[in-house]
Order: sequence, then C-alpha cells, then structure tokens
Amino acid sequence: MIMLDKAFTGSGRYWGWIAFLLVLIAVGFACYLRQLEYGLGITGLSRDVSWGIYIAQFTFFVGVAASAVMVVLPYYLHNVQQFARITILGELLAVAAVTMCMLFIFVDMGQPARVLNVLLYPTPHSMMFWDMVSLSGYLVLNLVIAYVMLAAEQKGVPAPHWIKPVIILSIPWAVSIHTVTAFLYNGLPGRPLWFTAILAPRFLASAFASGPALLILLCLALRRLTTFDAGHEAIRRLGVIVAYAMTVNVFFLFLELFTALYSGMPDHAEPFAYLFFGIDGKNGLVPVMWLSVVLALAALLALLVPRFRRNERVLALASLAVFVSLWLEKGMGLIVAGFVPSPLRTVTSYAPTAPEWGIVGGVWAVGALMLTLFYKITVSVREAD
Amino acid sequence: MKLTRKDFLRVLAGSAVAVGAGTLVHAVGSANDKESAGSTVGKKRWGMAVDLRKCREEKGCDLCSRACHRTHNVPQIPDRAHEVKWLWNERHDKVFPFQQNDYTRQALGETVPILCNHCTNPACVRVCPTQATWKRTDGVVMMDYHRCIGCRYCMAACPYGSRSFNYVDPRPYLGTPNPDFPTRTTGVVEKCNFCEERLADGKQPACVEACPRNAMVFGDLNDGNSPIRQLLSGRYAVQRQPELGCGPSIFYLV
Amino acid sequence: MGDRPLIYAGLFLFVALVTLPVWQGIAAQSSTVGPELKAPAHKKQCVAPRAYMREAHMELLMAWRDGKVRKHERHYTAADGTVYNVSLTGTCLTQCHGSKEKFCDRCHEYAGVSAPNCWGCHTSPPAEPGGVAAVAAGGMR
Ligand code: SF4
Ligand code: SF4
Repeated sequence: MIMLDKAFTGSGRYWGWIAFLLVLIAVGFACYLRQLEYGLGITGLSRDVSWGIYIAQFTFFVGVAASAVMVVLPYYLHNVQQFARITILGELLAVAAVTMCMLFIFVDMGQPARVLNVLLYPTPHSMMFWDMVSLSGYLVLNLVIAYVMLAAEQKGVPAPHWIKPVIILSIPWAVSIHTVTAFLYNGLPGRPLWFTAILAPRFLASAFASGPALLILLCLALRRLTTFDAGHEAIRRLGVIVAYAMTVNVFFLFLELFTALYSGMPDHAEPFAYLFFGIDGKNGLVPVMWLSVVLALAALLALLVPRFRRNERVLALASLAVFVSLWLEKGMGLIVAGFVPSPLRTVTSYAPTAPEWGIVGGVWAVGALMLTLFYKITVSVREAD
Repeated sequence: MKLTRKDFLRVLAGSAVAVGAGTLVHAVGSANDKESAGSTVGKKRWGMAVDLRKCREEKGCDLCSRACHRTHNVPQIPDRAHEVKWLWNERHDKVFPFQQNDYTRQALGETVPILCNHCTNPACVRVCPTQATWKRTDGVVMMDYHRCIGCRYCMAACPYGSRSFNYVDPRPYLGTPNPDFPTRTTGVVEKCNFCEERLADGKQPACVEACPRNAMVFGDLNDGNSPIRQLLSGRYAVQRQPELGCGPSIFYLV
Repeated sequence: MGDRPLIYAGLFLFVALVTLPVWQGIAAQSSTVGPELKAPAHKKQCVAPRAYMREAHMELLMAWRDGKVRKHERHYTAADGTVYNVSLTGTCLTQCHGSKEKFCDRCHEYAGVSAPNCWGCHTSPPAEPGGVAAVAAGGMR
C-alpha cells in the first residue's frame, strides 16, 4: 500500500471535511451501540414492516456499485477514450458503495455477532447467500482492478496483461450483483409489489441512472476542488448515459403502474395506492413519492433536450435530481411499500427514528470517507505525473 | 417437415440443457429436507384442522392462544409494532382476503385462530440464509434460535404473517415464565413450533388440549385413518391462500 | 536526544497499560485460590468425567444443543450407561448443580471468561431453599 501516504497530506479544507465525516461516523457508531444494547426496537420497524431504511439503502447502493460498469464497459469494450481518466473513479466508487451495502446489511441484523453463520452454514437455496457471494466477489474484483491500475499509472508503466480479463469479468459481475439483489425480493410469494419479472431490469435501469449521475457530480466537484479534470467530453457522455437510463427507468415504472392499476387486481394495486395516495389516512410516503416523481420528470426534461444537457450547470442540477429521485423511490418507497398492506391486510406506517437516521448517516459517512481518501490518492498520483 | 440428423441432435441437446436447467432451478428452489423430498409413505405430516363453526359459537374465546403463549413464554408486549404472537385471533376477512363477497363480509366478521401453517413448501425455509429455520421430515417447520442471525428475510417471505421478531428484550413482558421452556433473546425471529416439545413426549399441542369444544384436531395428514383425515374427508375445508404454493398444513372447516 | 523524556514516558505508559489487569487484581484483593464448587450430595458422577467437563463442557453443551434442536436427539447416554434427558435447565441445573449463579457464574467470574449467552434464553431453575433443587423428573429443558 505504497500510495496510502498520499491521503495524509492535504489542505485545511480537506482535513475539515475528514473531521466532519469522522464526527458523523462517531455519532452513527454511538447510535449503533444503543441499538446493539436495546435491540432493533430502537428503529421505526415493526412486526408488519420488518425491513426499512437500512435494507432500502442497501438496495440503492448496490445500484450505485453496479453502475461502475457504465464507465468500464464503454472504455474497455468500445474503446471510448474519453473515459480513460474516469474508469478508476467508477471502480473506486463501486468499492465504497459495496462497503456501504455490507454495512447496511450488518446494522440491520438482529444478532450481528452471528454473522458468520451465513458462511458456516452455506445455504444455496437462499438468495441472501448468493447476494453475499456476488457482493464480496465484486468488492474484491474492483479493489484489485483499481489498485493494479493505479499502481501502474504511478510507476508510469502499462498495466499487467492479466488484469484485462479481470476487468472484463467485472462487467457481467456488476450486472449479477443487482440481479441477485432483485431476486432477493421478487421471488417471494405474498409480496405483490416486488413480484414482478422486471424488478431486475428496473433495478439495473435505476442503477445506471443514479450511479453515473453521482459520478458526474463527483467529477464536477473534483474539478472545482482539485487539479483533476475529467474533461467535458467524458461528462457529456455520462450525461447521455444518465438520460437513456433514466428514460428506461421511468418507462419501467410506468409499465408497473399500468399493469397493477389497469388490471385492478387489489393486491397489486394496493401498494401503489399506498405509495401515491396513502390508505386509510396513512400517507407518510406520499410526499416522498411525489417528490421523486416531480424530480424524475424535471430531470428527464433537462436531460432529453440536448441544448439543456450540454450546459454543465443544468446537467449538474439534473444529475442531482436523478440521484435524489431514485434515492427516494428505491432507497425508501419500494422496500417499505412491499410490506403494505401486510399479509394480514393491515396498513402499518413506517418512518425511520432519530437513532436510525444516525446510523444511516454513519454508514454514508464511512462511504464518503472511503471515497474521499481514494480520490485523494488518485488525484495525487496523477498530479505527480 | 424434414428433420435432418443434425437438427434432431440439436433438439436433443437443447432439451437436455433445458432438463438440466430445470433440475438445477428446482434444486435451488426446493428447500425441504432431502429425505422428505421423496415419497411420503411412512412419513408423517403433522397438520391441524380448526372447526370454525365451533369457534364462531364461542365468540371471543382465546383459550388456545393463551395456553400457547403461556406454554412457550411468548411475551405480551403492548406496543403493536413489537408484538410477538404464535397463535392468535384475527378477523375473518383479513385471514381469507378476497374470499368473501360484498354481502357475506358482515356475517363473517368473527375471528379466526391463526398460526404458522407448517407449510409443505415453506417460503420462510427457502429464503433463510443459515438454515435457522428448516422443515423436519414430520412436517414441523422448526426454528433454531441459536442460529438465527435476525435478518428477518423469513418474515418478508412468509405470506401469512406468521413470524415475529424480538425487537426488544422479551423477558420483562413475560410475567412468571414457564420454567420448562426457554424464553427468547432480543434479535431473533420466532413463531409457532407446533408444540414439537410436547409431540416428542407423545402429547397433543397445548392449544388443542386447551380448547373446551375440541375445535382443533391435530394429527398425521399422511395417515388416511387418522381422525384429522376422517374429518377432512367429511367436511368442506379451506387452507389460507393455497394459490401461493406454500401448501399449508392448517385446515379450516367452514 | 531531546526525545528521551517522551520515550520514557511512553514506555512507562505502555508497561502500565499492559500490566493493568495485574494491578486491578491486586486492588480488588482477589486471591489465587479458585472458587469451591460443591459437588451435588446425591450424585457422584457427572454426565462425563470431571476433567472433561472442566475443559470441554461447552463442547458437550453445544453438541446437546444441536442434537436436541436439530436432530431430535433428546437423550444422552453417558459412558456408564446412564441415560439423561438432554436439558440445560432441567438436567444440568435442576438435577445437580442448582442454579446458574451458584455454579456457572462463580467459576466464570473467577476465570474471567465472559459467560456464553445461554442465559439470554434459558432460565435458571427457581432457587429453592436447602441448596440443590429436588430431583423432580419431568423437567423438559
Ligand atoms: S406459515 Fe409462514 S412461517 Fe409458517 S411454514 Fe409457512 S411460510 Fe413458514
Ligand atoms: S431471521 Fe433468522 S430464521 Fe429468519 S431468515 Fe434470518 S436467519 Fe433465518
């Protein structure tokens, strides 16, 4: 780990940001200790809504992780040279996101001390087992790739040949992590909202919109804060990817709505009714979902009109809108509403509690910290060239 | 249509792949004990029939539920969100959704005792990543509280709402615990165990014993001469949402 | 050379921290004599030899646990042929060792092992005056 030292020199602003993240992590950790002692009763979860923001955020960040493929694939398979400088940013983003996913699963467990039971008693008929396999494999792949590429860059030598097949392997692997994550949900009887064959494609579409959107924001931030510039062309191309993926995502959502609502089958229609209108006055998710819809449509408008999209300021706003919209829809609504109404036809509200937000914030901070350090190292290596 | 040898071989190979894939998917999808996957001859399948007519006559009776919860140290937690239940009464229209018409709803307003269905093809077992819940060869769907990691995947999978999670320490909500049965700890999922500890001693489940009207009949569904099979062949009985494919072993005589 | 006081201070701190348990022990006036565990009056032989139980009781308990919950093995035959009910509360404690506090805890505390979490679920038999609880059969767990 020769490059680690690069993370320990920086401006006051750099250290201030690091300190801020460390505070968030400490707060999250304190909340987690409380949860460990008291139990998950500290959260807003219930017998009816037994998964909440932890699992929803896990799902969302699997998407962010998988989206690295959207820069890796064009560069390595289609030789899109503009992405040469940012593939590594995508891979490092994947590493941070997968780590967040694992943390979200971990904080959701009732008996975290027994986590190794998943390995001690491997259970191939459980999709959670496969999810663990694919996520850890993806983590290793991206770590190896990013490290090898960066080390080669630092030494000014071409990357070793064996890394190419590893990179190629990471492409289908990225698709697999989000497919298996969709399988977690859509193979369950009695959860009609998730019981849809296009859940995996939907997940992939939203992943390929939210991930590159985040990457655009990160590239713009890097340009402003450091000497690193991804280049206008790379950012423009990322914008095109976000535009297509977001269009497909909204189209898929429309398909779901049509199927559920036009058929009028109550157990398919009810979760959507709950999401967009509320049932029996229980409407906690209604503003969340409408905000998501408005942001999605506004972003689409900005992204689909080339004149708007080429303006980087508009693109930045649109990317932010895409990210937040999908974060609300997938990182909250989709998972929670799967439990509404419950199998016993009960509508139970769920809202994260303060300690729950504290823990979520801690996990985000871990992700942001990893990303900051990774990008700091990358930028320093490039500056040295 | 002329089928050349090459075409024929291609079709053959295609079907072999299809069969192989089918077997694989089936193997991944089926989570039953290896032994129970085969024939049922000589194997037990514990099941229960509940005579709803009798329950209806004893409107509001919950002796079975209380006996169960006392026997198994099930806590009485007032907060609805954190409730733990093994066997309880639920409104008829919630237990059998979409099975009444607009005009019978009123008449069927009574409650129905519900519990884990000890399904023949349990979704909970299929999804559990640690085999902390599994199906015994006698049909009982078991929980190993020592192994459960509290991921609650089984709760998402069970389409009957049979499972509860210990969101808080259950002990303060127990009153005087039954010393012959353990309690549970924070962070594990629990549910009805079909009184497997009593079956091992040759006893009937506690709920069956507690019912003064003998509304619950327990027995081996694989034994054509058992009282439960006699009962089921004589009267119209329904399972909860059989269309979901879980194959419940609890039957309701209507 | 100006670092010398710092180095010594650091070394001192290190040694102090490493030997902290010793000082704590002295402060708490703990003796090196282990707790006396009373053998049950009416039983001479545990389910396994004493030396084995002392070393490996957790292994036996885990084997009992998995056997009973997962493999339907509800009885355990000891080397001398005696058959026992597989039950932590019902057999180990109720029939011989009395209560968790009197038996398990005393040794665990002395040896400084953090007790396993058996007692999060399993209950210690209600304390009965006169030491060991009656050998009432039928206790299932
Ligand atoms: S009722 Fe639910 S918990 Fe019980 S066996 Fe069926 S799927 Fe599992
Ligand atoms: S909560 Fe426990 S029993 Fe349920 S799926 Fe997870 S490990 Fe298995």
